[in-house]
Amino acid sequence: MTDHVVIVGGGTGGAVLANDLADRLGAEIDAGDVDVTLVNDGPDHVYKPVWLYVPFGQREPEDGRRRLAELVDDRIEIRIDRVTDIDTDAKRLHYRDAATPVDYDYLVLATGSTLAPDEIPGLAEGGHDYYSESGSEALREELLSFTEGHLVLSVVGTPHMCPAAPLEFVFMADDWFRERGLREEVDITYTYPIQRVHGNPHIAEWARPRMDERDIAVETFFNAESVDPDAETITSMEGTDLDYDLLVAIPPHRGIDLIEDAGLGDEGWVDVDKHTLEATAAADVYALGDTAATGVPNAGSVAHYQAGVVGQRIASEIRGRPATATYGGKTLCFIETGMDAASFVEFDYETPPSPAPPSQKLHWSKLAYNESYWLTARGLL
Amino acid sequence: MTETDIEPAVTVDARGAACPGPLMDLIGAIRSADTGAVVRLLSDNEQSLTDVPEWTDETDHDLLATEEHDDHYAFFVEKA
Repeated sequence: MTDHVVIVGGGTGGAVLANDLADRLGAEIDAGDVDVTLVNDGPDHVYKPVWLYVPFGQREPEDGRRRLAELVDDRIEIRIDRVTDIDTDAKRLHYRDAATPVDYDYLVLATGSTLAPDEIPGLAEGGHDYYSESGSEALREELLSFTEGHLVLSVVGTPHMCPAAPLEFVFMADDWFRERGLREEVDITYTYPIQRVHGNPHIAEWARPRMDERDIAVETFFNAESVDPDAETITSMEGTDLDYDLLVAIPPHRGIDLIEDAGLGDEGWVDVDKHTLEATAAADVYALGDTAATGVPNAGSVAHYQAGVVGQRIASEIRGRPATATYGGKTLCFIETGMDAASFVEFDYETPPSPAPPSQKLHWSKLAYNESYWLTARGLL
Repeated sequence: MTETDIEPAVTVDARGAACPGPLMDLIGAIRSADTGAVVRLLSDNEQSLTDVPEWTDETDHDLLATEEHDDHYAFFVEKA
């Protein structure tokens, strides 16, 4: 009997896991005892951290795209399709482009985040973002010609991808305008939904004095309720109005409907055991990356480390051995603090982050990792 | 922190969520609730004891009551 593993989603988590399983279970796959299918809704793997640099004219969206077929081991079946329905009792799913359902023995959901700007009236029309290819390109058109006025960066929804990226954007913008002699003409305001500038209190404590030093205005307890694109105003649930000339927003994020329809969790996030990454509502279903509601940041490093845990657990189960690998919350993140300096944090469920002093070396380390990321996607780094 | 007989329109169970998850869950529920509706937030995070009242103080929404249970707290917030 052949064990069938289906991975839904070809982002960082899905690609790393596919290659991990090809490595661990290569002999079983070659012998026909295991089949691994990676389902993605397009032929490309997308590395989203590139988008932060696009509005500043430093990278192109194409820099973050590679063919999945080039990155994933040939022993993995890549299916360009969408999963439309999951029956976790019958362990069966439907593809959009197939007439008959497919049985699975192990299912991994790595479907990631989608943007939901329409949840805030006026946001899609009035706001820009760098959390999508099209958004980062549209923002580039505005930012490169922005020489004076009020730039507002508003974190509208949490959790969102890459929790450090809003801080990075305002630090980079501050430095970028200073280098070009325009900072006196540009006001920068950063808004955040809770009473500090970042969800993690240690990172917030580190970032806030740096924002004050650099004249980046801060509005906390600012939960955007609506945007008026004509008046160029953003209004919060707490009753604060901010006028803007350029609004950069982190839109609300949602998972895909498939998750909720399958009874696996709310808003597209799978309820999981945060150590084993097993779905709490169904057997032999795992989730990783943004899709897994673990409370850790929605970051590529998290998906990367979780993929190794899920790969080891599935390989153990297929071989009839106890699965012992667990995820400890490991998260690793570079934080740009300007156009030429960066910090770095590493933390887990038990150990809080302690940001490293910003340096040029860490900035270049971040850029170097962004290039070597393709080795991570291939399962080599 | 006494037991209340307030009937919530919506209950948000954020037990197990790390900070600021419970507060963000509450804000999301208030965002979609009808005016006058009461949202009950369940949280086992101690930080919620300060996060929730600090946020309601910033808004017109009312923190009607806070219950302390054996392993969690329940916050009742009425949408203004």
